[in-house]
Amino acid sequence: MSTDANETPNTQLALEFKSSTFSVPVLVLLTDDLILFKQQLLNKTKQAPDFFKNSPLVLDLQPLNRLGYDIKIVEVVGIIRQAGLLIVGLRGGSLIQNEQALELHIPIYSSLSEGAISAEDKKQKKATPSSKPDVEIKVDVRVTTLITQPIRSGQRIYAEGDLIIMAQVSAGAEIIAEGNIHVYNTLRGRALAGVQGNVDARIFCFDLQAELISIAGNYKVSEDLDKSVRNKPVQIYLQNQSLIIKDIVQHH
Amino acid sequence: MARIIVVTSGKGGVGKTTTSAAIAMGLAKKGHKTAVIDFDVGLRNLDLIMGCERRVVYDFVNVINGEATLNQALIRDKNCNLLYILPASQTRDKDALSQEGVGRVLDELKKDFKYIVCDSPAGIEKGAHLAMYFADDAFVVTNPEVSSVRDSDRMLGILSSKSRRAEQNEEPINEFLLLTRYAPERVKLGEMLSVDDVQDILSLHLLGVIPESKSVLNASNSGTPVILDEKSDAGQAYADIVARYLGEERPHRFIDDKKGFFRNLFGGN
Repeated sequence: MSTDANETPNTQLALEFKSSTFSVPVLVLLTDDLILFKQQLLNKTKQAPDFFKNSPLVLDLQPLNRLGYDIKIVEVVGIIRQAGLLIVGLRGGSLIQNEQALELHIPIYSSLSEGAISAEDKKQKKATPSSKPDVEIKVDVRVTTLITQPIRSGQRIYAEGDLIIMAQVSAGAEIIAEGNIHVYNTLRGRALAGVQGNVDARIFCFDLQAELISIAGNYKVSEDLDKSVRNKPVQIYLQNQSLIIKDIVQHH
Repeated sequence: MARIIVVTSGKGGVGKTTTSAAIAMGLAKKGHKTAVIDFDVGLRNLDLIMGCERRVVYDFVNVINGEATLNQALIRDKNCNLLYILPASQTRDKDALSQEGVGRVLDELKKDFKYIVCDSPAGIEKGAHLAMYFADDAFVVTNPEVSSVRDSDRMLGILSSKSRRAEQNEEPINEFLLLTRYAPERVKLGEMLSVDDVQDILSLHLLGVIPESKSVLNASNSGTPVILDEKSDAGQAYADIVARYLGEERPHRFIDDKKGFFRNLFGGN
């Protein structure tokens, strides 16, 4: 092996730099009360330990610095690491904070423009109208939720991305997704796709017997479903703000 | 290892207590030491069906509150000495049950019994929740009509999300379907859902079909579990169910109208 390696010409490439984009959650710190921050962060990660474990994270201090609060990076980073998250960057920090971060080998990212921030703030408020949390974890990653168990009457499933269900969805159950919905069995309950306004979301099911179908707020109830589309595999999509129900298998 | 079986349905009046009494007796008759617990605190019935109502001194709530020991409260069945009944309290309500207390009593029973049958109250509130919470197996009793099927479906959702096994991410509860009060001739007339209809909606393993039968009412009135009436169709159906639960292969009966046709002709049952 070693002789082979020696014989290979020097022109062979050993490495390459490429540009690539990743979606990474951003943790926005909204208070300088680090005890409160720690408490809420641990509560949040406890809700979905598998999801948060070793998750990369960018810390955003811009809102806090805008309010004039000054915090020590070492302390915040300590708390984040304690929660099992891996901090991979800082943005919106002061000069001193950036220096502190670099000492901890944490890269610095440039801040968003003022305009972008305020738009994000608005979105946040909309999402959490009742109580303003001190920790907001924004997840940009779109995960697909896969479910293999039947969804029974009275159960409710919410997926932030696409939702795939391999079992039946009973009457009286509700399946909701911000993306597409696939049901590889009978759909008897309510199915709502694109609930955050994605008009391109679709619903696919093996056997349509749904109580209600909806895409981006445009809905039809069972009574409005024509006999010709019931009890067979169909896809449902939005065209000019009306729901189109078509056979999955196209006959020519 | 002891197994906890919950007999549940969501809807009332579908035959939970009849089923609890029958399968508990069936398991004991097969040689397994079995306890059956009435979770319907405030509306106790199991002791009547088991014919031991005149021997009740202490009850489930007394045991939970530490006012009596388990041995003081358990009543040995008059027909089978491997079967014990833990009656419900008639003077209390379901709030007298606590998760911690129920868990403690079940743990104690598990040391001594092979099967523990929990007769759930109707509904999806506290009593029903506690009856199913610790279960390993669930017998979902359903009548062949839409509201019962819908309620069973709701209960199945609760079994798969709110039980101890679900909360601790263990293997899920084994769920079995028991279709009771089945009348093939009415299915034929379209007055009742068929076995296939119900299975299509619930997609659940069918443990057995109990035919609508006078013998069930007779058994309740006389305080002997219907499974002891070996000549009756319902008694045989429950015996089949117990055998299938214990792993025997038995063909399903009482689904078709064959016998019913002659029975109707001769006016018998």
